Amino acid sequence: MSSTFDAVSKIISETCDIPLEKITPESHAIDDLGIDSLDFLDIAFAIDKAFGIKLPLEKWTQEVNEGKAKTEDYFVLGALCGKIDELVAAKSA
Amino acid sequence: MRLETFQMITRVIAFDAQAKTLSAAADVPAESPVFEGHFPGFPLLPGVLMIEAMAQTSGWLILGMNGITAMPFLVGANNAKMRDFVPPSTPLEVHATLIGDGSGYAVTKAHITRDGKKIAEAEIRFAVKAFPDPKFAQMIREWGGRLQFPFDQLETA
Repeated sequence: MSSTFDAVSKIISETCDIPLEKITPESHAIDDLGIDSLDFLDIAFAIDKAFGIKLPLEKWTQEVNEGKAKTEDYFVLGALCGKIDELVAAKSA
Repeated sequence: MRLETFQMITRVIAFDAQAKTLSAAADVPAESPVFEGHFPGFPLLPGVLMIEAMAQTSGWLILGMNGITAMPFLVGANNAKMRDFVPPSTPLEVHATLIGDGSGYAVTKAHITRDGKKIAEAEIRFAVKAFPDPKFAQMIREWGGRLQFPFDQLETA
């Protein structure tokens, strides 16, 4: 399991009081873990701080609302961690 | 302050875009219908309105940092502490520092002082959204004018 997933799952567990063992790379943040948009702002704040990035939540939400992307593309944890890794790599490039 | 209309800030004292801080005066009025119930014979500024004062001060800070392009809406307060009673006719100062901002959110640390002594504090979270209507943005600018918000510093922020 990636260190990114370990860090993100710990953030989600602590922010939303969800047992760590319930959080898997296949978990959908909204459908499976029941994380709402306000909790996700707290999660984004913690992720931004932990990884030194800014998750483009508004852009992602707009893409989902316009049908250009599926929620799974951003809010399934494995995919989210992939996006985080991309943002970290882009920052250090 | 006009407690019954939730206008918690009397005027903006200082805005520093580099330091990401804003301070505001918040003068507790001598009389308000709020004091009739909170509490009869022992009037006190409700603690929840101290949080609102910190949220509004933080809100002006966030507006200043984004050039009044998006509106912060209070969504959470963590570690809020009210350390002392605040009776009517008390001049307060409210201080806010931006500690995080990202895509659609902002987080501040705020505190209230009386005569330099800290009497309340909180970490406050906001959802930051585009103004739903240009009239809303204009209303906020007019409100800022009444609070003596330093718009001249906004241009260089």
